[in-house]
Amino acid sequence: MADNANQNAKAVVEHLRAWNPRVVEEVIEFHGETTIVVPHGLVRAAAQECRDALQFDLLSDITCVDRYPIEPRFELQYHLTSIPKKEKIRLRSHVPGDHACVDSLVPVWLGAGWLEREIFDLMGIQFNGHPDLRRILLPGDWKGHPLRRDYPVQGFRDIPATYLPGLKKQ
Amino acid sequence: MTTTVTSHNVETATGPAQTMVLNMGPQHPSTHGVLRILLELNGETVVKADPDIGYLHTGIEKSCEDKTYSQATTLTDRMDYLNPLGNNLVYALAVEKLLGLEVPKRAQYIRVMMAELQRVSSHLVWLGTHALDLGAMSVFLYCFREREEILKIFERFAGQRMMTSYIRIGGLALDPPSGWREMVGRFLKMMPSRIDEYEALLTENRIWMARTRGVGVLSAKDAVAYSMTGPVLRAAGLAYDNRKTFPYSSYEEFNFDVPTRTDADCFGRYMVRVAEMRESLKIVTQAMEKITDSGPIKTEAPGIIPPQREKMKTEMEALIYHFKIFTEGFSPAPGEAYVTVESPRGELGCFVASDGSPKPLRCHFRSPSFINLQALPKLIEGQIIADVVACIGTIDIVLGDVDR
Repeated sequence: MADNANQNAKAVVEHLRAWNPRVVEEVIEFHGETTIVVPHGLVRAAAQECRDALQFDLLSDITCVDRYPIEPRFELQYHLTSIPKKEKIRLRSHVPGDHACVDSLVPVWLGAGWLEREIFDLMGIQFNGHPDLRRILLPGDWKGHPLRRDYPVQGFRDIPATYLPGLKKQ
Repeated sequence: MTTTVTSHNVETATGPAQTMVLNMGPQHPSTHGVLRILLELNGETVVKADPDIGYLHTGIEKSCEDKTYSQATTLTDRMDYLNPLGNNLVYALAVEKLLGLEVPKRAQYIRVMMAELQRVSSHLVWLGTHALDLGAMSVFLYCFREREEILKIFERFAGQRMMTSYIRIGGLALDPPSGWREMVGRFLKMMPSRIDEYEALLTENRIWMARTRGVGVLSAKDAVAYSMTGPVLRAAGLAYDNRKTFPYSSYEEFNFDVPTRTDADCFGRYMVRVAEMRESLKIVTQAMEKITDSGPIKTEAPGIIPPQREKMKTEMEALIYHFKIFTEGFSPAPGEAYVTVESPRGELGCFVASDGSPKPLRCHFRSPSFINLQALPKLIEGQIIADVVACIGTIDIVLGDVDR
């Protein structure tokens, strides 16, 4: 089963390389999961290709990891599933902290809408071409993005600035 | 939240008029929690809808980052409060994948049995509340009568009725209690006739059919485009079930069907869920045969899984490991793992990223309620306001799972 999955993932990587040589920056294998690192300018095109040519029809999840203070600090993780081929693949894209902006996947999957709004709300990443990008879980007037690693777990309220060394009060 | 729903001028049969913006919820009994929906209405027809969520947002993903891997288990119970065992399971599977741990077969079968009992109990709450929303009050009482029996089983197994935290990283919290076979056996014997009873009350009931047939139709193509999974997708004719497509916890050894329908409406989703309850009972029966009376319920992994109590009192290493696990935790190698399971509501995913420290760098849950809810405007726009309630019901959202 695991060997089979690896074979399928290899075919996906080869297809993407043949489609656009710049799209595959790196391929990571870890515990039977294949991650394809894609330059952040090409995420939408790569996702479209995966959906149309490789039958990855279901966008399972989008999430973001903040590796603060390492730059580029944000890692967007796209989990795609192919229902007919019974396969999963992960696309990853690195986004720098000073220009946290990527293309939205809403033109490819409508289901990306709320997932991207959640990341915008909690991580503060802008999505180009999102039709309705506003906060979703937090109130509209909330300051800051709580899932960032430089946002304290207790929040900023009621903590004197002296207890937050190295952190900007927001 | 700023909203996009405002009043507009429209032409009606009696002349020019204005649409009305109606605020439904957040304290509305048929929203199954604290969901607020802004509805723009033209007479009784919904023109536009905008769900407003976040009233139950408690920052569980952020809290997980501040706890050790084993401490975070108890937080997962509190997301989808109708499926705590399923949440424990997906989190445990993700961390086990990160660590490369193999769980003993006996523990896997017990996990399957508990997850399926949980599915039945979750569908019972869904059926009861959904029928209550549509005016069939008595079904609610019958459903909760049977759910009580399942909660009693959970209490015997884990000491808790709802927030069990029974499935832990590496196995289970406790061995099954004495007399569990009789208890689960009694339930399995009683349940099929009870499901027949609900069906007798609803399936061919004329009011029920009028309220659900042809209401909230969503094609399989649209459902996939909206990333919808679970009974909503299966009622549209696509047999996508993680237990079959990507088997976990030895589901490949069990014989069961994935019920599908082609009508893709509220009635189809009801029929799929009822059929799923029967399939779950089949799985529980098979799991009971597979579970042996004795055997390990946890993997042997010194430094990760807490040692047995007896060993702790006789072996020095075990005592040291115990102390280290509960003071500083364990540190998986840097990397990521993403695991999906089939929750009663659809595909439940858990993404865990490790940076080599005892606390997760990132812990994200792909909650099926959150993703399924975003297609609600698509389901109700153009329908009448009474159908809004039926549509919210059949998506089967749990607001704890939506907001996390």
